[in-house]
Amino acid sequence: MNDINIFLILAWVVFTIITLGGALGVVTTRNLFRGTIWLMVSLFGVAGYYVLLEAPFLAAVQVLVYIGAIAILFTFAVMLTRSLTQLTDRYNRPIANVVGAVLLFVLLMVGVILPIWFTNEPVDPAIINAQVQDTRDLGEALVSKDGFVIPFEVVSLLLTAAMIGAIVIAREVEEDEKGKRA
Amino acid sequence: MDCVALCQVVQSLGVADPSLARFIGLLIAVVLVSGVPLLTVVFLILAERKIAARIQDRIGPNRVGPYGLLQTVADLLKLLGKEDITPAAADRVLYNAAPLISFASVVLIWAVIPFMYAANEPGAVVGVDLDIGVLYFVAVASLGTLAIMTAGWASNNKYALLGAFRVVALLVSYEIPLVFALLIPVMFAGSMSMVDIIEAQSHMWFIFMAPLATFLFFISSQAETGRAPFDLIEAESELVAGFNIEYSGMKFGMFFAAEFLHVFTNGILLAILYMGGYLGFLYQVFPPIGFLWLGLKGTIFYFISLWLRNTLPRLRIDQVMGFNWFFLVPVSILNVILTALILKLMQLAGWAPTDMANSSLIGMLPITIVLLAKDVIMIVMIMGRVALEGREARAAEQRLNDDLLVTAAGD
Repeated sequence: MNDINIFLILAWVVFTIITLGGALGVVTTRNLFRGTIWLMVSLFGVAGYYVLLEAPFLAAVQVLVYIGAIAILFTFAVMLTRSLTQLTDRYNRPIANVVGAVLLFVLLMVGVILPIWFTNEPVDPAIINAQVQDTRDLGEALVSKDGFVIPFEVVSLLLTAAMIGAIVIAREVEEDEKGKRA
Repeated sequence: MDCVALCQVVQSLGVADPSLARFIGLLIAVVLVSGVPLLTVVFLILAERKIAARIQDRIGPNRVGPYGLLQTVADLLKLLGKEDITPAAADRVLYNAAPLISFASVVLIWAVIPFMYAANEPGAVVGVDLDIGVLYFVAVASLGTLAIMTAGWASNNKYALLGAFRVVALLVSYEIPLVFALLIPVMFAGSMSMVDIIEAQSHMWFIFMAPLATFLFFISSQAETGRAPFDLIEAESELVAGFNIEYSGMKFGMFFAAEFLHVFTNGILLAILYMGGYLGFLYQVFPPIGFLWLGLKGTIFYFISLWLRNTLPRLRIDQVMGFNWFFLVPVSILNVILTALILKLMQLAGWAPTDMANSSLIGMLPITIVLLAKDVIMIVMIMGRVALEGREARAAEQRLNDDLLVTAAGD
């Protein structure tokens, strides 16, 4: 960007505080319900990043899917297991946690940050917008044959299989079916 | 960053820095756009009480001010003066945040609602013309669910928690037919922007092309607001007051206002998505009249909603769930598939315009007639099936009764 807008930077700072603060809240609070609320705050901050990156579709989907559906289900599950919401003991395994965190950090550094660390020049959103104009392009990319139609269909199939699996596991076996199974 | 509309006005008043002028312009716009619903809700509460009273053969509030017009103001002052109680066992922060989230989730919807026609860029007077306006509405409205869950949990009350449990069941499942019904105008207009959807209805309102989708949207939005016959969230006779049982004073007032405003907002959304929003007589010559048309169209749906609320009894939770999953969801999915197929085939054959905004009434007629016929056929077939199932159920019940009578006689 030629003139760095003060309000954009301000917005970036606010969203960063929201995202990191929310994430910190998730891991520090002992109350599970509050944890899920902090998670929503953090996810909301990520939606803000998408807005700054001029990707409103992703921002809306972030709020709709992560906050509106997944986090709501989390809170529901937490509320159903009410005894868990007032935890006082810590179920920490320090060594395993540290090893896991370090491994994830290294993985992210090597896999995501390092390849773009020096080559990444500031990109004008207007240039990106010229390539990917709006939601229509995203939709066409997902279903066109030189786009991402194969991954899209594979993911759809996987999700359908997972959904059917969840129903099969959750469904109670009826009385007259028990004999056939045994 | 370009400087248009309000920003230019601010600049002409002597603010030199363009980004500051833009900021002030946005601030004024936000205050104006959120001010409309805040003012509206005061009169909505009165209107609802008056209409409910008439339906129940009462007079309704008529003591404060002429025709009781100031009744809500008096109620507001009373709510503000009440003791602000936070239960000792409640989660203080979340308990106080819930009413705010609830009200904000409704007011935020108004950011994408176009109020009237404008000749310059976005084509309408609108808070912000998002490319994804319709999706934004769904995303923001889903925050309302979060508010009710938080209120139910943070109150630390069994009734409140039970009320909140019902929310997940009700609101999350009714979101499915709602979104499928929303897809129809999006498909017609080829855009998710609210302004584009209104423009696409310049020659034919979508309610004539998709009455079934309008009906599905209306039913599921009625459930989304948690009103009768779907008012399980605060079923007074079962849950005392539901999720807001522990709230008093203005905190309760905010839940109350949010619900009333949500019903009217849904009316406005129906008007925009299916009845052409501000389109109407003289809307281009004298734009403010478009605001009147929008309000008028929204009020029609609002009135039907009130009418239903005061006429129908409450359904049981299993009936509500069954109605959604076995009736609304299959019908809405079938509707989307058939409409998409017909629309695409008609467009390929050249009988339907691909750009509806720049078509004509004659150009829109064939596709309208075909889609209307499709909806009529679907409704007749669905109703026929429902009637058949009803007859079979009654026949089965009759057989059971006969068998019981025979056994009794045998003794």
